Amino acid sequence: MKKRIVKIVICVVLLAATLFLLQKLLVPKYATTNEEGILSSEYYANAGNNDVLFIGDCEVYTNFSPVKLWRDYGITSYIRGTPQQLTWQSYYMLEDTLRYETPKVVVFNVLAMKYAEPQNEAYNRLTLDGMKWSTTKLDAVKASMTDEETVASYILPLLRFHSRWSELTSEDFNYLFKTEKLSHNGYLMRVDAKPAGQVPDPVPLPDYTIGPKCWEYLDKIRETCDKNGIRLILIKAPSLYPAWYDQWEKQIEDYAGKYGLEYINFLELADELEMDYNTDTYDAGLHLNLSGAEKMSAWFGKYLSEKCGVEDRRSDAALAAEWAEREAFYEYMKEAQYKQLREEGAVTRYK
Amino acid sequence: MSFVSLGFLLFLLILFILYYALPRRFQWALLLAGSLVFYAFASPKYLIYIAVTALSTWFAGKLIHDAYAARDAFLKDTPDITKEEKKSCKEAAKKKGRSIMVCCLILNLGILAVCKYTDFAIGTINSLFGTDIAFLRFALPMGISFYTFQSMGYIIDVSRGKYQAELNPARFALFVTFFPQLVQGPISRFDQLSQTLYSEHAFDAQKITQGAWRAVWGFFKKMVVADRLVPVVTGIAQNPDKYAGGYVLALVFFYTIQLYADFTGGIDITIGVAKMFGVDLAENFERPFFSKNITEFWRRWHITMGTWFKDYIFYPVSVSKWMLKVSKWSRAKLGTQLGKRVPVYLSTILVWLATGIWHGASWNFVVWGLLNCLVIIISQELEPLYAKFHEKCAFSNTRGWDIFQMFRTFWLMAFLRVLDVYRNVPLTFRMVPTIFSSKGWSEMFSGGMLKFGLEVRDYIIVAIALVIFLIVGILQGKKPVAEQLAEKPLVPRYLIVWILIIVILVFGAYGIGYDATQFIYNQF
Repeated sequence: MKKRIVKIVICVVLLAATLFLLQKLLVPKYATTNEEGILSSEYYANAGNNDVLFIGDCEVYTNFSPVKLWRDYGITSYIRGTPQQLTWQSYYMLEDTLRYETPKVVVFNVLAMKYAEPQNEAYNRLTLDGMKWSTTKLDAVKASMTDEETVASYILPLLRFHSRWSELTSEDFNYLFKTEKLSHNGYLMRVDAKPAGQVPDPVPLPDYTIGPKCWEYLDKIRETCDKNGIRLILIKAPSLYPAWYDQWEKQIEDYAGKYGLEYINFLELADELEMDYNTDTYDAGLHLNLSGAEKMSAWFGKYLSEKCGVEDRRSDAALAAEWAEREAFYEYMKEAQYKQLREEGAVTRYK
Repeated sequence: MSFVSLGFLLFLLILFILYYALPRRFQWALLLAGSLVFYAFASPKYLIYIAVTALSTWFAGKLIHDAYAARDAFLKDTPDITKEEKKSCKEAAKKKGRSIMVCCLILNLGILAVCKYTDFAIGTINSLFGTDIAFLRFALPMGISFYTFQSMGYIIDVSRGKYQAELNPARFALFVTFFPQLVQGPISRFDQLSQTLYSEHAFDAQKITQGAWRAVWGFFKKMVVADRLVPVVTGIAQNPDKYAGGYVLALVFFYTIQLYADFTGGIDITIGVAKMFGVDLAENFERPFFSKNITEFWRRWHITMGTWFKDYIFYPVSVSKWMLKVSKWSRAKLGTQLGKRVPVYLSTILVWLATGIWHGASWNFVVWGLLNCLVIIISQELEPLYAKFHEKCAFSNTRGWDIFQMFRTFWLMAFLRVLDVYRNVPLTFRMVPTIFSSKGWSEMFSGGMLKFGLEVRDYIIVAIALVIFLIVGILQGKKPVAEQLAEKPLVPRYLIVWILIIVILVFGAYGIGYDATQFIYNQF
């Protein structure tokens, strides 16, 4: 009997090990394609000492440079932003962050308030797969799933990505057991520029009402910040496209007014930021490039220091050493991308 | 709850642990509770239908039992009655039993007819008389055709005195609702199933393992092959204006493979799961595509349905008074040789008409059933010609000829089954002849078959799976593959199962991007 049990245990362990390896192989690596998918998992190695937390979609992870904030103001910050990160996902990113640290300021970009319901499985994956398992992640998955998704496929991503067997590339084998750092505390750098030119006129919408689920989760963000003594700042990044409608603006302003929150619409501060949409965006007005992000960070760092009292921590030797490494990586990537621009005429990879 | 879901696997795991952890005397009760939970997951409102069938059939069985018990007691207590009195007493009990049985059949067939055939009847009336009666669109409870026929078989057998009625309503309810067979059969017989269903089962590792292997094999057929072929089958069948000619032949072939993998896969899961609980269900297939003619095919395909129709329709009709009269008349009018075949063929036609209607509430199934019948009758009529052919042609006794016959039977069945997919008789008869035209052929082989969401790799997977089916089929001819596997040393034994699980997980057509489907026979 004992022998039989041992045999069964060996079989089960072997099967589990094979499944583990298969899963490792088949899940997307986000190393050289769809790199944004790596953002949410990179946080955990950098958690613990961030005074400012940015949450939101691409309008945060391309528009603010934590390295610039550190360099100019000694502010420690992290961006927990992912592509099309929905309001409830931002809330769960905040909740997840609070498991590791309590920032002094949380900055929430309000563009995602336009999405009243779960949108797209692919974006959900980019946001959620990288989160560490906890009840927070489970709640985030439940809140985010589209009709076609299942919780089980998040617990066992093999169930979702099993059909990638025919799409495997060298990336899947090269990054089977390793990952490479890509972001700068959540900032995804692009140095190239594409002038905004003529931005399409906003299309009139049948209904401009922000959905109840968005308000529910914005309430949760606000209440969580209140409970933890965190200052919440709402922002709208200065992206020209997609359109930010006056009707949405009014609703956000009313909300901020009702609860005494700071709300900064950077679209209205473009001149003060000295934003040049011919040189400060890498995709014709959607996302800022390094130049634009540094302009934003310069302005916002001043605001955080002067208005919010976020302290300058450059005198902390241990922190300074950590950030020196980050600065070196920042400079390395910057140089690598400029080199690509010079030699290849375009930025096709981050490093 | 679909067999092909994590929810089902979780349900199975919980039930399995409880089943072997609880005292054995509670095992059947747990199976009943589990079966009701399983059914309630399909839709709680369907429980009422199956409950009415189970309770009415149990009650009818009990009434028949009481009537027969009263008869036996009377005969025992009054030994000095005359032969005529004895006969009259037996006749009275038999008549009572038959009346109860008929009432029970009317009720349950009525439920089945209302749920399944009302809209079919309305549609037929509308098209015949140009009326515009609105369809009622009754919900079709899961497995209604299976559990209704199973219950009907039971009450007929009880009224015939084949076995005693089950007096415990809960135990009888388990017979009707036993969850593995609810999805698509097999149609079990009470005297066979009750032997293992109510028994106490010790933890038999070997039996459980073999059951699990069988279920894994079923999942392979269903998830890797059947569900993979859904897009190409529906894509061609639902766009007849776009896909004719060569595409129709592809449809004929792929639908047959899909149906085989789906139905036999589902039955493998059913039998395997039941075995894990110590319950032996009747086999429903015996390598059907190794059949050399259509009659043999129907002895090997959906066996429990075939034997059900044979036992409860063909034989009773064949020996009925009415049929004996027909037999007498036909012998007198047509001669002995031809006349004796008339009642047999009439019964055969009736059975195939019922088989067609059982499969679905539409004319395509009726025509499909009658075409099967036609082929069988023609085969039987040509039997003397075949015998002469075999006598004169030596090659007709070779292995090559056997293979040709199997090939012929496969394609014959495949072409008949195409009525299933088009679900429209005139359309089917319009589309099939286009195979012999030039339509679609060149397009098919220049990327046309890749328009349905299947890629070359998918067709390769299906081709490899077909080779595996063939090898397993050949091996199965000697003895069940699970038994052969059990005789192998530990490493190759588990390696095969382990590879199969990995293959299902990786190459299975499930999850986002695939349209997970119900079992085809779940609709019948």
